[in-house]
Amino acid sequence: MKTKFLTLAGASVIALSTMFAGAVQAAESIKVGVLHSLSGTMAISETTLKDTMLMLVEEQNKKGGLLGKKIEAVVVDPASNWPLFAEKAKELILKHKVDVVFGNWTSVSRKSVLPVFEELNSMLFYPVQYEGEESSRNVFYTGAAPNQQAIPAVEYLMSEDGGAAKRWVLLGTDYVYPRTTNKILRAFLTAKGVKESDIMENYTPFGHSDWQTIVSQVKKFASAGKKTAVVSTINGDANVPFYKELGNQGIKAEDIPVVAFSVGEEELAGLDTKPLVGHLAAWNYFMSVETLENAAFIKKWHAFIKNKKRVTNDPMEAHYIGFNMWVQAVKQAGTTNIDAVRQAMYGQKVKNLTGGIAIMNTNHHLSKPVLIGEIQEDGQFETVWKTNKVVRGDAWSDFIPESAKLTANWTFPWVCGNCQKPKFIN
Amino acid sequence: MAPFKKILVLLAIIFALNNADATAATLGETIASLAKANTKQKIQTVKVISASGHDRAAEVLQALVGSKLYFQKSDRKVVIIKKAGSTYLLIDPLTAKELGQSPKSKLKKIRINNRIRRVIRGALGGLTLLSKNPGQRLKAAEAVFKSASAGSLPTLKKALERETDEKIKAKMVMAVAATELKISKDQVERLAAVKVLTEFAVPEVRALLGSLATVEKDAEVKEAVDKALSDIEASLVFWNGIGNIFQGISLGSVLLLAAVGLAITFGVMGVINMAHGELVMIGAYTTFVVQEIFRAYFPEAFGFSIAVAIPAAFVVAGGFGIAIERGIIRYLYGRPLETLLATWGLSLILQQFVRSIFGPTNREVGNPEWMSGAIEITGGLVLTYNRIWIIAFSLLVLGLLILFLRKTAFGLQMRAVTQNRPMASSMGIRTGYVDALTFGLGSGIAGVAGVALSQIDNVSPNLGQAYIIDSFMVVVFGGVGNLWGTLVGAFSLGIVNKFLEPFAGTVLAKILVLVAIILFIQKRPRGLFSLKGRAVEN
Repeated sequence: MKTKFLTLAGASVIALSTMFAGAVQAAESIKVGVLHSLSGTMAISETTLKDTMLMLVEEQNKKGGLLGKKIEAVVVDPASNWPLFAEKAKELILKHKVDVVFGNWTSVSRKSVLPVFEELNSMLFYPVQYEGEESSRNVFYTGAAPNQQAIPAVEYLMSEDGGAAKRWVLLGTDYVYPRTTNKILRAFLTAKGVKESDIMENYTPFGHSDWQTIVSQVKKFASAGKKTAVVSTINGDANVPFYKELGNQGIKAEDIPVVAFSVGEEELAGLDTKPLVGHLAAWNYFMSVETLENAAFIKKWHAFIKNKKRVTNDPMEAHYIGFNMWVQAVKQAGTTNIDAVRQAMYGQKVKNLTGGIAIMNTNHHLSKPVLIGEIQEDGQFETVWKTNKVVRGDAWSDFIPESAKLTANWTFPWVCGNCQKPKFIN
Repeated sequence: MAPFKKILVLLAIIFALNNADATAATLGETIASLAKANTKQKIQTVKVISASGHDRAAEVLQALVGSKLYFQKSDRKVVIIKKAGSTYLLIDPLTAKELGQSPKSKLKKIRINNRIRRVIRGALGGLTLLSKNPGQRLKAAEAVFKSASAGSLPTLKKALERETDEKIKAKMVMAVAATELKISKDQVERLAAVKVLTEFAVPEVRALLGSLATVEKDAEVKEAVDKALSDIEASLVFWNGIGNIFQGISLGSVLLLAAVGLAITFGVMGVINMAHGELVMIGAYTTFVVQEIFRAYFPEAFGFSIAVAIPAAFVVAGGFGIAIERGIIRYLYGRPLETLLATWGLSLILQQFVRSIFGPTNREVGNPEWMSGAIEITGGLVLTYNRIWIIAFSLLVLGLLILFLRKTAFGLQMRAVTQNRPMASSMGIRTGYVDALTFGLGSGIAGVAGVALSQIDNVSPNLGQAYIIDSFMVVVFGGVGNLWGTLVGAFSLGIVNKFLEPFAGTVLAKILVLVAIILFIQKRPRGLFSLKGRAVEN
């Protein structure tokens, strides 16, 4: 009995001392906030990004941390609740005093946290492809802008290889990203000489599951004698019943190709992709791209998540690039001070996982390559088209007249996200 | 000297083989060139292969389109692969000889895109027109119709002569007319082709004639095409209307399935069960578990997994239902507000419970073979199998339930308790026991609905939330406590919704239906059919 008591006491002393050491270390650590939904509708996509961040932080700590300190990830759960995102962001910045935040998926959640980051002058890395028309001093956009995803995809479908489409169906979920993207696409198509009567636009709510009517409408629209293509900005798990209906109604990619901007490897993971072979997606990253960097990244991911079946996707690469750029910028600035790090971010370079080098521009968007891939039977994408060089992300679309006038540039003399002329003129 | 001799002998053999089958050798070279061809060259190669007349040509193209044609990284030799465990079995494309095994990493797939795929499908169509397999012939006829290439016309005519199946024959007639219209210079022949095509009011013909109408130079042909187009249009509008009704019934059947359990618990017992959707969700997850067991232990019997999942889901969800009734609801009879709050809280608990066990991500529930694909009634009307099955299933469930309530002793007791509890009690019916089983029955049916919904929707912890409002809507609209009302309510809501959708869009259609129901309830607070029940009495 006595020995047992002694071991217990000993164990608790050790536990106490490690806790104490942990506390001391925490005081000296650099804190990185992770703001991704771990429950609710977006948990499907965002949980993976939380894990990616934990992996990147762990890896950096193994390399010896940053500025001689350990990095500590602070994870909070905004639960797919848009206003809660703002509260949780505030909690991260004020209570946990994080030096930077990586997070958000939907545009509506980003719009919700934007005022918080601007008011408290903190820094957010946003990793998902989005509709553009925004440039904040406090946000770095590591996902694709429309000119890095939507426009090249439509150009591909217009080309001989893509099937020379003349008639367009724009399908989307009813919220800000699809509506803005389709506004840009409509302007782009009109500029290319596509008639209004050759464009069909349709919106559905989040989680829509009865696609019968819409798929038959698409079929009908496509039987007018002109080659038709579908551009899908359908978001989240509504894609699964949509693709099932496409497969069941026998719409083949050779006849009516569907190009999607929100369907990646993760979304295809729960789907029988045999009837979908040939449908397309446009991203800056595919898991199937064969480079040394990508192979290493996938290996690390499988080791970290302890599951060889898990896939990697585009927003994960965006976090990889964003985190590494931030680490480099902190090293260069020698501090985690927001203003110093922001200045150091411009021109930061990180190797893409798909080849080439990503560069952070002064409009807070990246220059990245654009890839178009076809769905394969194994649920992966195969690259069928790729830009020769990296494409610079545009905050403001050239195809919307009132946006084309605006410039985003956060260096002197502009120092502005949406100006027609520089703020400082000598 | 010896090795030299060997090489000589080898060369001699190769030469002999070459002479024996010169076309095979050149075709071999053509196939070999696929390893480093670009899109245009690949298309050219596909055309050469299909025109070669080699009896393996179809096989090679099939392999290419089915992503089974690879080349070895070391010597760029093109091979057809067959999965054998973790390695690939290599097969020579022309001789069909086995060439041994190779790991995945030493091979590279020959990539194709939609443009090449289209050419291959057309070429394959021409090659498989005379196949013995009717399914393949049907596909071939469809492919030839789309490609409409002069090369396959003779084969097509030959195939048409031999064909006995009416459906395939029609497709071939269509393909002949399309090809003649495209390649012929003779006005009479072309007018005849347009006339033949007019008989087929399908979207594909409309597309073909539509594209022709814009470029046709011959005035007479153009006139015929325009007339044909307007005829086809009229027929398509008719079939479209039929299609709309089908889709409405299909949506209605989904609503019916989701609501029929609620018609028992809410309609008959008067319990506002906000966790009803979660019982549906539990049914869907039961399907997932059953399928996982099938995948692991009886993969060849996967088609039966749904049949096993139905009783399993009934038992699991019914068990949950009885536990909920005994544990919570029986203390709250006659207190609707508390019941509402308690069951709503319960719904959150159940969601989190499932999320903790199965994770937040969607689970894949497979469609068995017999539930995938579609049946073509005419060209203008395509009905998907999964929807047809769900309509039949929802009616079956409702029918069985009505029989159960009318013809069994328990059904009688249940109705007795519902209509007059004190009297039933004094006749010796254990009302508490009946309550528990009634609630269990409603919950079990919700679970069965979950099996059906897992076939058309995502299986996620949020599945139930999407259906709870719709279910209440159907029950209230149909008339609380009346199963026929639920049936009529579900189908009429589905059909109205689907007729509004093409004009108003999905979101607005739903809003309009909701507004209509609110107005209707103002006029008839008890819904379409009203019945006496405990809920109504109080």
